[in-house]
Amino acid sequence: MVKVLIVDDHRLFRSGVRAELGPRIEVIGEAEDVESAVSAIAELKPDVVLLDVHMPGGGGQEVLRRVLGAGAPVRFLALSVSDAAEDVIGVIRGGARGYVTKTISGTELTDAIVRVSEGDAVFSPRLAGFVLDAFSSTEAPSIDPELDSLTTREREVLRLIARGYAYKEIAKELFISVKTVETHVSSVLRKLQLSNRHELSRWATARRLV
Amino acid sequence: MREMSESPTLPEAFPRMMRPMRGRLVAGVAQGAAAQLRLDPVVLRLAFVLLSVLDGLGLLAYAALWMFTPREAHEGPAPGRDWGQVTAYAVLGMALTAFGWLTGASTGGVGTWSIAVGGIGTLILWQQAEPGRRQRWMTDAVRQVRRSWVRTAIGLLLVVVGAIGFLAAQGQLADARPGLVFTAVVVGGLVLIAAPWLTALWKELQKERRERIRQEERAEMAAHVHDSVLHTLTLIQRNAQDPFEVTRLARSQERELRNWLYQPKADADASMAAAVRRVAAEIEDEHGIPIEIVCVGDCELEDNLRAMLQAVRQAMVNAAKYAGAPVISVYAEVEADEVTLFVRDRGKGFIIDDVPEDRMGISQSIIGRMERHGGSARIKTAPGEGTEVMLTMRREKS
Repeated sequence: MVKVLIVDDHRLFRSGVRAELGPRIEVIGEAEDVESAVSAIAELKPDVVLLDVHMPGGGGQEVLRRVLGAGAPVRFLALSVSDAAEDVIGVIRGGARGYVTKTISGTELTDAIVRVSEGDAVFSPRLAGFVLDAFSSTEAPSIDPELDSLTTREREVLRLIARGYAYKEIAKELFISVKTVETHVSSVLRKLQLSNRHELSRWATARRLV
Repeated sequence: MREMSESPTLPEAFPRMMRPMRGRLVAGVAQGAAAQLRLDPVVLRLAFVLLSVLDGLGLLAYAALWMFTPREAHEGPAPGRDWGQVTAYAVLGMALTAFGWLTGASTGGVGTWSIAVGGIGTLILWQQAEPGRRQRWMTDAVRQVRRSWVRTAIGLLLVVVGAIGFLAAQGQLADARPGLVFTAVVVGGLVLIAAPWLTALWKELQKERRERIRQEERAEMAAHVHDSVLHTLTLIQRNAQDPFEVTRLARSQERELRNWLYQPKADADASMAAAVRRVAAEIEDEHGIPIEIVCVGDCELEDNLRAMLQAVRQAMVNAAKYAGAPVISVYAEVEADEVTLFVRDRGKGFIIDDVPEDRMGISQSIIGRMERHGGSARIKTAPGEGTEVMLTMRREKS
């Protein structure tokens, strides 16, 4: 059983998610803003926090900053209606292990939570698209070539995610194991979090302003 | 608390004058003296300036105090000086000196009083402006000196020096003196009186302008919400008994709102990504099936890409009509030399060879159209495994 805390400022949405999650998940609590989320995480010690991006009091990024800044051993999966590159890239760089949109089905969400609880990364098609766009559009010379570019394999995996493939389907398509797919995605997540910060954030902001 | 009880308070010895580091303008003499005399340092600084104008007595006193007063102990790096204030005092001193020279007042007599009165008036006006604003004036002044103001100031100085030099050469400087003094006094006085109010007025205007822009934005937002969201909500209430129509309305409103909020304002007839979104929107509205679109990169719409759009539309229609999947995924990637489009569903799937030859949908509208324009189409499907249509087109302007 994976212990999950749901953080979202919409009560209807919280109860909706609770009802949809499969039997592998145990919802141990809910929180509706940054303050209650931070104290609930400290008190209940969930394995995974389902984190809304837009909330009163600073949003998901503020929760990430305060909880991960204090070094708590908890993993975050961001869940949002937002399509803004700024928000998506923002929470990932804030330390979330994945990003899915609220239109995701209950089964897929359950899978995503289990995957995050095991330390893997979860990318939605849209996030994969953003990453491909960001890593191909940064024109500045890379400071750390290992971190600032994607390998061919990582690109292939991201392309398939963007095309709507599940990890299992990607594994079959590329003749690799699901574990290898997970390794590639985790490596992309690491690059996204550590690479040339300034460039990526600027890309995300510029994309919104064009 | 314990420390206090252990050391009984001794009657304090007469404190020695020190020169503090923090808050000093030149060497901290005026500040130290002010602390000693329990006065505002401003008063002593003005006194030094005034005394300096009168035969340089202030300078002498300052130098003497500087030499004989010890510096207060200070830990850490020396704090910076407030150069704005230093400049203000320097300018005041110079203005008074110039005034004294022009009127001959510095040699004593009634003219001295006018200097004192003028100085006090300036001080009052200066103090009237709130401290924050004063601070801003000063920092602005200091900063602007580094910009084009330097050039303007040098230009002005040259003109004035030139004019004075001309008059002096003509031997008419003595005649021009009363006129110059009069003009300088009037202009200087007016500037001193009006500056605080003019600044306040300008600030007020700026604020009003910002407020107006914000209100216009709010009005535009309200108009948009009214035209779209409120309208759709009304329609949804009217069609509450028809789930298909409600879903379609909600989805179409969601898409519209998302585009408005998150998408770059692109012309749907000019950009590839915008055109793909538009085509998908039409299919969504027609068939009531959500289409998830991910676009990477973008380019201008060229002729062969228009043909590609027709093909991708047909692929989406097929998926919406026959697949029976809850959602269709579309992925568009624009690269330097080619454009790739994927339309994927997790629906029923089919066996390609079973499709009759005369079915135009796949063979003509998709594969045929792509090949005629120099592109290619591949279809990957099997019963129960969904369908994926892959379209590739080389870019003309590559």
